[in-house]
Amino acid sequence: MSLAQLTLHDAAEKLRNREFTAVELTEAVFQRIAETEPRVCAYLTLAHDRALEDAARADEARKKVPGSGPLLGIPIAIKDNFLTKGLRTTCASKILGDFIPPYDATAIAKIRSAGAVIIGKTNLDEFAMGSSAENSGFFPTRNPWNLGRIPGGSSGGSAAAVAADECTAALGTDTGGSIRQPAACCGIVGLKPTYGRVSRYGIIAFASSMDQVGPLTKDVRDSALLLEAIAGHDPADSTSVNSIVPRYSEMLADDIKQLRIGVPKEYFVSGVAAEVGYAVRKAVDELEKQGAVVEEISLPYTKDAVAVYYIIATAEASSNLARYDGMRYGYRANARDLLETYTDSRAAGFGPEVKRRIILGTYVLSAGYYDAYYLKAQKVRTLIKQDFDEAFKKCDVIVTPAAPTAAFGLGEKIQDPLQMYLSDICTIPINLAGLPALSLPCGFDKDGMPIGIQLIGKHFDEPTILRVAHQYEQSTPWHKQKAKFKD
Amino acid sequence: MKYEPIIGLEVHAQLLTHSKIFCGCSTQFGREPNQNTCPVCAGFPGVLPVLNKQVVEFAIKAGLATHCTIASSSILARKNYFYPDLPKGYQISQYELPICTGGYIDVQIDGAQKRVRLTRIHIEEDAGKNIHDAHGAASLVDLNRAGVPLLEIVSEPDIRSPQEAGAYLKTLRQMLQYLGICDGNMEEGSFRCDANVSIRPEGSEALGIKIEIKNLNSFKAVEKSIEFEIERQRETLLEGGKLIQETRLWDDHREGTRSMRSKESAHDYRYFPDPDLPPILTDAEWIDRIRAGLPELPNDRKLRFMKDYALTAYDAELLSSRRDIADYFETAVAIHANPKALGNWIIGDLFRVVNERKLDEQLYITKWPVPPQHLAQLVELIDEDKISGNIGKTVFEAMLGSSLSPQEIVSEKRLEQVSDVGAIETVVEQVIAANPKQVAQFQSGNEKVFGFLVGQVMKLTQGKAKPQKVNEILRKSLNRRVT
Amino acid sequence: MKLSREELRGVALLARLRLSPEEESPLAMELDAILGYMDKLNQLNTDDVEPFGHTMTALNPLREDRVTNQPDTESLLANAPDRDGTFFKVPKIIE
Repeated sequence: MSLAQLTLHDAAEKLRNREFTAVELTEAVFQRIAETEPRVCAYLTLAHDRALEDAARADEARKKVPGSGPLLGIPIAIKDNFLTKGLRTTCASKILGDFIPPYDATAIAKIRSAGAVIIGKTNLDEFAMGSSAENSGFFPTRNPWNLGRIPGGSSGGSAAAVAADECTAALGTDTGGSIRQPAACCGIVGLKPTYGRVSRYGIIAFASSMDQVGPLTKDVRDSALLLEAIAGHDPADSTSVNSIVPRYSEMLADDIKQLRIGVPKEYFVSGVAAEVGYAVRKAVDELEKQGAVVEEISLPYTKDAVAVYYIIATAEASSNLARYDGMRYGYRANARDLLETYTDSRAAGFGPEVKRRIILGTYVLSAGYYDAYYLKAQKVRTLIKQDFDEAFKKCDVIVTPAAPTAAFGLGEKIQDPLQMYLSDICTIPINLAGLPALSLPCGFDKDGMPIGIQLIGKHFDEPTILRVAHQYEQSTPWHKQKAKFKD
Repeated sequence: MKYEPIIGLEVHAQLLTHSKIFCGCSTQFGREPNQNTCPVCAGFPGVLPVLNKQVVEFAIKAGLATHCTIASSSILARKNYFYPDLPKGYQISQYELPICTGGYIDVQIDGAQKRVRLTRIHIEEDAGKNIHDAHGAASLVDLNRAGVPLLEIVSEPDIRSPQEAGAYLKTLRQMLQYLGICDGNMEEGSFRCDANVSIRPEGSEALGIKIEIKNLNSFKAVEKSIEFEIERQRETLLEGGKLIQETRLWDDHREGTRSMRSKESAHDYRYFPDPDLPPILTDAEWIDRIRAGLPELPNDRKLRFMKDYALTAYDAELLSSRRDIADYFETAVAIHANPKALGNWIIGDLFRVVNERKLDEQLYITKWPVPPQHLAQLVELIDEDKISGNIGKTVFEAMLGSSLSPQEIVSEKRLEQVSDVGAIETVVEQVIAANPKQVAQFQSGNEKVFGFLVGQVMKLTQGKAKPQKVNEILRKSLNRRVT
Repeated sequence: MKLSREELRGVALLARLRLSPEEESPLAMELDAILGYMDKLNQLNTDDVEPFGHTMTALNPLREDRVTNQPDTESLLANAPDRDGTFFKVPKIIE
């Protein structure tokens, strides 16, 4: 068994016990990448030399300070919408050209100071806009379970890298499901923390009121460990919350007896594949067996979430992406005058999905439409949040499918944007309300593709969803299964 | 048909904070291009804004001083448009819920008081600067100014003449200087003004077509441009023409306004609340603390000077025109209570020196040539007859080149006034003896030559003789000789 | 059509995006479908509902007025497509 297949907590323990060095672990990961990357295409940039330097430094540090944290020497893959100082960052877009960031995102600075080794930058849908990684400006990533299927998006590269053992763990971002849905597609664990739990400073902004940084990992304990390392107040982010970060990894062991689980009927409607519904309900049964109390609930405004999301997210994105204008960094077209420089650079630099969303976002904010679209959407957003507030009066955790279907085929939905948007139906409402949610494997469909279950918690109640997830995971075989690389 | 002008003014005041509004870059003027910049104010990918507390406090100060309502919750919004000096592609400003609303400024004009109401005061960030490159084929962008905090102060269209506009601006500027939040320099761009001008038939209630005038770089330009624009609009209407709502630029050389060349296809700024910034919350406690720390405002101070110090309106106005001057004056008066004399020294002599030596930094005099304690002492010495007024001038000049107190200078240079009758008599006798011709002229009725003889006595005493005593004794001596 | 060709071009200009003639038609149709989908929101009564604000963040995250940044002009200009000394050089801006 390759060292690359270890979970974060196992690797950390073995590193502590000097069973191998961080350099050896990193080399094993790169060895694995050499083997599988040509088929998976999870990475946009590999930082081989830098990673080995970091690993060597981690080994040195361990000699000097014996009681080191769990991230010391651990190889982590980073979604390419995180700014990494001195390491090319593209956001999977041509518009960033050869942009080399002059600073590290806060989450990156935190894991680096914890001694993590950055393996490279992973592929995503361009500007995190998409659910399949097919919108990458460079190439699509493939699902390690079946190379003809999408890995999910937008953190498709990170999810595939974890599933293929091309890293020990990864970081991604989630705006409408972009961690949870690819985690479900790739049979791994993906956590979107409460909005404000992790700093957004240094993340290329998509929808500022919803973007969150989170871990993609091989199991729940890894997720808790990585969350501990990145969570916390950041004075550089005015939306980051100033409250204590619990020791998540130490809160996994308790049982879930008497825990109240809500199952919203709106998440099991016609758009959700039968196999998915079935697998999730079986998982709920398992939770009940462990002592949880299950109740059907209703979140009536669920059906409006996609419309609300695509108005608000595209509006915010249209503004956030205005800075990509070819003036101070990134790609600049050769054009006749200033106006053409703007329009040509952006036309050539942005892919079709990004353009579509910018136009949509510009439209819904424009004079005459602001009230009907943007303002209306923000009001319905309040109603969606109120649905959850009501529900959480009667339950501690809400359980739903993480995606309406298992990973679909490459090219299957790319022609129909609206269809693609609708595949986010299970994850979007959570971003609108700012709640924490986690997806983990709960079975496979008849094609052997992973199915994911989503656990939604109250604001800042990551401990409960991690605990439920951990208990479920430890009593089921799914997390032990490895990707098959079916062609 | 008689038309009346309806004028509103929009002022952008650069705030005197140390750092920018959303990042820790310096606001210091005159640096190398792009030296005061960082990823945040340069609009790099991934950056986020964090609001400078001092900016909020300054806004509250301005709001309190102008009797505005301070919002308990106000929202920062994005104003979206593309321009090379606007790095994020949007300006963070305020739109629907500004920090201050209502309010007014009372302006003195032609002896009467006019109240100009304010619509709002809000917070926003400044953009960078563009200049043309040497060959004129490209533009050069300097982002040092991007992110410098601004207050936008919008008046209601209550102003009715170019003179009122000028008076309003002067009063507003002085108030901001007093509050210590803006140095009010129009030429350097820390205090900018756009004017909105329309006209309507006298007696009508309807609003005319509102035309905005930009590119006003001095108070004079403001008044002239408004005057020009009123005339232009009047002529247009009288000739049966139509006015279009537009923005016009003031041309200082041609002294006229012209339509902006680039047809700004009606800017749609697509304002929406900035999701990166929570609402600005103020509470009564914070506002009360700021209110308690407000300085006495210019007009109040001027009236108090007139009342407490019996100064004329003119002198009081000069001495209260700036806070540092007013503070200096009152520090001196507190030491030696002769406000009239101190006022004269400050207005007459000190201001002259400050101008000569270019010590004025617009908002405050960085280093007064003479500390107020010393000026007070100088006046005291004169008032106590220890030195004459003329010697006082000499001492003052000596004070400019030294840090010694006037008393020390008088002692060192032996400038004490000589009032001893015997000593003066002696000198008078000397002068009479040495100037028989002039003595004779005096005695034959020539009064004018008396001054010459006095001058001679003063010369012999190095100016130290007490003038009244000299006059007395000289006259007595001369008269004695007649008989 | 919710979005006329004219309107689409107007929005594209606002967004500084040049759309090729081939892009216009399919984009207009896609946007039509998406906007039509969003119109369902109009059926909802939101008369007494507040727009979603910042409900979960710290009260008034403000910074002290201190200069904390060290100038680093070179690193800022390192990615510039064009520069002149320490200026960003951009196509000529016409007032």
